Amino acid sequence: MSEYVSDSRLERVLKAGHLGVTSECGPPRGSDPEEIKKKGMLIKDYVDAVNVTDNQTAMTRMSSLAACVHLKLLGIEPVLQMVTRDRNRVALQSDILGAASFDISNMLCLSGDHQSFGDCAQGQNVHDLDSMQLVQTVRYMRDEGKFLGGDDIKRPPRLFVGAAANPFADPFEIRVPRLAKKIACGAEFIQTQCIYNIDKFKEWMRRASDRGLTEKVFIMAGMTPMKSVGMAKYMKNKVPGMDVPDEIIQRLAGVEKKHQAQEGIQICVEHIQELKEVPGIAGFHIMAIEWEEKVPEIVEKSGLYPRPEV
Amino acid sequence: MIIAEKKPIEEIIREVEAYDRILVLGCNECVTVCEAGGKKEVEVLASVLRMNFMAQDREKTIDERTLERQCDHEYLEEIRDVIDQYDAVISLACGVGVQFAAEKYMTTPVLPGVNTVCLGANEDRGLWTERCQACGSCVLARTGGICPVSRCAKRVLNGPCGGSTNGKCEISKDTDCAWQLIIDRLKALGKMDDYEIVAPVKDWSTDRAGGPRTVTREDVKI
Repeated sequence: MSEYVSDSRLERVLKAGHLGVTSECGPPRGSDPEEIKKKGMLIKDYVDAVNVTDNQTAMTRMSSLAACVHLKLLGIEPVLQMVTRDRNRVALQSDILGAASFDISNMLCLSGDHQSFGDCAQGQNVHDLDSMQLVQTVRYMRDEGKFLGGDDIKRPPRLFVGAAANPFADPFEIRVPRLAKKIACGAEFIQTQCIYNIDKFKEWMRRASDRGLTEKVFIMAGMTPMKSVGMAKYMKNKVPGMDVPDEIIQRLAGVEKKHQAQEGIQICVEHIQELKEVPGIAGFHIMAIEWEEKVPEIVEKSGLYPRPEV
Repeated sequence: MIIAEKKPIEEIIREVEAYDRILVLGCNECVTVCEAGGKKEVEVLASVLRMNFMAQDREKTIDERTLERQCDHEYLEEIRDVIDQYDAVISLACGVGVQFAAEKYMTTPVLPGVNTVCLGANEDRGLWTERCQACGSCVLARTGGICPVSRCAKRVLNGPCGGSTNGKCEISKDTDCAWQLIIDRLKALGKMDDYEIVAPVKDWSTDRAGGPRTVTREDVKI
């Protein structure tokens, strides 16, 4: 039997001990597939897999699954993001099978931003399962070959299963126990929230490592380059669970406006280089929000290019 | 208890515009305690309606009555002998009382005078907050006595989600993160190890998902 649980390139890269690199693309707010294809092609050769967000910030967009298929057909390996906000267990299991039918090999299980942030603030949310229960569900479908209802699945899905972790959300003391819980549910890789507070992140990694968790899961550090000091302030003050130290804001504010984007890239590269040395780091998840064209530069400057053959 | 709040007066006036003989019917239970539909609120609403119609030179009968409960046959029967004197009833009971009255008096329109909000507690003077969503399968033994179903905006059973900041929920700085409260309480109980027990996929068939719910008790049936 194969040592691999899926046909995922990401799984092979991580299991071979290479630092993995993923990025993300947000599907368009319309039905034109060209936009997501274009974004995918910009980063294709610089990453191992591309996350496709699922109606992020609760704004209605093209479905993550459909966008994943567009990428897959271009030879780009997608990571299907699925939130529990909008679908019950019937729809979630159904979409998992749909993804598997296209041989999509990675999935990231999330609860999703509350719908009050999006364009359907008056809508219902579902939350039949939470993100950990979704991890359990997909592992059950894959490993036991069964639906939650107990029936057998013909050709069970073969998915490499991920979950998110926010090392900075409150309360800090349960951030590592929460990671342990996600691993206990069956998470095989973790992509973290954007990291700006390097010291706090290292502390989280140290505690995770002390508990042996970094031996059990591949932790990919989430990186988002700042485009401007305005973005940094927005992230600090408006985005839930985000920890942006003042020194980042001061550093961006200290350069001319037209050079701030480049400074943001430089900070991101420095952070990746610093974190590469942290024990237990398995790779990087580079979320350049609506700035995909910068991913190749970040990957190259961080010494993560070319991507390994596996 | 059941928490309700008064409907906007304009909405009530619109609903009763067509009727000439109106009974404003209060309830002495939950809606009295949460000051939305008891005797006092019946008096106020009836006065406002009278003044409104008087200002329009319209003659209407607006009577007042408050029952012990509107969710009980026994008390609702008390208006049987007068119900035919009215074209409509504005019930200030919760949605249960409004429906129970409507079911009992099939030919009389029964209109809601309050919005039923939640099952909650009187946290402070003038402040009522949700505590239970009647999911039909209580998890409080596993969550330090704090309910994630009713108090987490995503009813996350293995929380907190990534949006918890300074003990507050991502939807509002005024909303406590239920999982922060759960963790604080588990800590106070010396039971933080329980945090790592995974809550399994929940059976929601006892929740509204399973359709209208009934409780049958053979031992108390007559």
